[in-house]
Amino acid sequence: MKHRTFFWFFLPTALAMLIFIAAPIVSVVMQSLFVPHEAVLIETENCGPFGCTTSIVIDQEATEQLREERPLGRFAGLEIYFDRGHLAVAEIGEAWQTSESIGEFLGELGDLPFYRAMAFTLSYTFIVTPLLIILGFVIALAVNSLNRRIKGLVIFFSLLPMIVTPLIGSLILFWMIDSRGIIGELIQYLAGDPDLSLKASTPLMWMALMVYGVWHSAPFAFVVFYAGLQTVPQDTLESAQIDGASRWEQVRYVILPHLMPLVTFVALIQLMDNFRVFEPIVGFNASAHATSLSWIIFNDLGGETNQLSAAATTSVLTIIGVAILLSPVLVRTWRDFRGKA
Amino acid sequence: MAAAAQRKPVSLKVASLVFIVIWLMVAAFPFFWTLWGSFKVELDFFSIADWTNALTGDLTKETYGRPFTGAGYYGAWVQEEFWRAALNTFIVCFFVVVTSLTIGTLGGYALSRSGHNYVFWLLIAALIFRAMPPITLVSGYLPPFFQWNLWGYLPTAIIVLVAINQPFTLWMLHSFFQKIPKDLDESAKVDGCTQFQAFRFVIIPVMWPGVITTGLFSFLLAYNDFAVTAMLLNEQNRTMVPKIAAFLGTTYTEGNVMFAVAAVVSATVPLFLLVMVFQRQIVSGLTAGAVKG
Repeated sequence: MKHRTFFWFFLPTALAMLIFIAAPIVSVVMQSLFVPHEAVLIETENCGPFGCTTSIVIDQEATEQLREERPLGRFAGLEIYFDRGHLAVAEIGEAWQTSESIGEFLGELGDLPFYRAMAFTLSYTFIVTPLLIILGFVIALAVNSLNRRIKGLVIFFSLLPMIVTPLIGSLILFWMIDSRGIIGELIQYLAGDPDLSLKASTPLMWMALMVYGVWHSAPFAFVVFYAGLQTVPQDTLESAQIDGASRWEQVRYVILPHLMPLVTFVALIQLMDNFRVFEPIVGFNASAHATSLSWIIFNDLGGETNQLSAAATTSVLTIIGVAILLSPVLVRTWRDFRGKA
Repeated sequence: MAAAAQRKPVSLKVASLVFIVIWLMVAAFPFFWTLWGSFKVELDFFSIADWTNALTGDLTKETYGRPFTGAGYYGAWVQEEFWRAALNTFIVCFFVVVTSLTIGTLGGYALSRSGHNYVFWLLIAALIFRAMPPITLVSGYLPPFFQWNLWGYLPTAIIVLVAINQPFTLWMLHSFFQKIPKDLDESAKVDGCTQFQAFRFVIIPVMWPGVITTGLFSFLLAYNDFAVTAMLLNEQNRTMVPKIAAFLGTTYTEGNVMFAVAAVVSATVPLFLLVMVFQRQIVSGLTAGAVKG
């Protein structure tokens, strides 16, 4: 295809991505380096019959002029990155010096919003991802051995947790796990503690969120592995049987190695997706116990305060995190490309 | 074939069957439970006294004389005007799917038919864009949208969703178009068609299976989005998902949780039907990217 033709074919989609993905990224980075102008204040003295009072008023004209001259705001450099709401460099240094044990230091770290969110985001990402891969794999093995006629039905129901809107799925689970819901009551009954409640316990809330994460994403792993199982070479499997491999050994030495590329694929995709965990925190009303980077951004953007600079800074930090998780995928794609060329 | 060797011992068969049944319970039971409960009063659905109330609906019977009530649905759809949100969702999804497929097929087709080096870099750029959490882009949208008075309207959200959708659409359609033999449009060009004519008369008639699969995923993205629509739409223009989130803020205090439950069930129904009709396409779309690489 000629360059010219290619250009016209590709133009609409390129424009959409440039204007609404690339440009906002640049804008977000800029916003994270600037803070809005403070209003220019002037002191005025009002003298009346009872003496003089000084009052401070906003000089609208000067403020407006300043905003017009430099619409981006005051250049702050990395100031916002290091403030208490983000990397909190000063607070960490202080905590490091004052705290006597590692435990105490980590406790202080947990009070800083960014590190609190980071702790949950990373735990969630690295606990949920392996669990959902294992669950998806076992489901795929079990479904593969089913009668053909019920397979379709099983796949249909298995797809539901993944297809349903994350916020809706998490609400549905939350209403059941909540202390007044059916599973919540079952847990209270089993634990023998009628006051046990998700809302009051951080570990329980973390577990519930992770259960949701596995529930939501295991179907994806299942579908991918199930498709992979259809392509397992039957000859190899048969020769393994003739050589006397047990069922477990067949899975371990024939099926797993065959599916390994798919496991990597699912792991990479899911690491990136779980890193942006957000909706379940809203659905579970969990922000008192668990926050994530995405949730912080959402929280800064919403509400009355509308802290754009703070949100932009967290966004940049999130993008850096995603980039780190994405790098293996890029390396892989690059190798594929080099291999083909 | 070695049917005898493939045959499973009974214990393994039973174990895997039990496992499947448990998984099906875990996967599907919450939906049926919530559907059933949405026709009850709050004190039945969230029963403090006795969990069997949720099944029998004792308190619902006391209030309404029947074990089922549509009060939650009436409250959500009529009183809280959930129909408006449903209509907005329909508009957003329709235009997102149509627009992103239109520009996506052109782009994906071009990517699949061009052998130049920049194709690879464009695909890599798309991959990076695909990995961006949409919420990180929102603070980049807000200042210009406020300044130019674009904030809050459906078309704005539609265009943003289309753009966010493009990377994924391009990857899917690119790999799909590669499977269509190049000879088809080459021979059309030999016969004197321009590239666009070849696309129009030769490729478009055979591309529908891939386009439908991609369209399903575009639809799901638009339908399921919460972060972007919640931040970019004003109150009247809210789609269903942010509307449900807004219910949560108000209803926990007002005791109208059942409105939210009814709204959640209503918003799940279209997805249910979608999976029922397009199960094959969804499965093939999910595995398309995976099995290849």
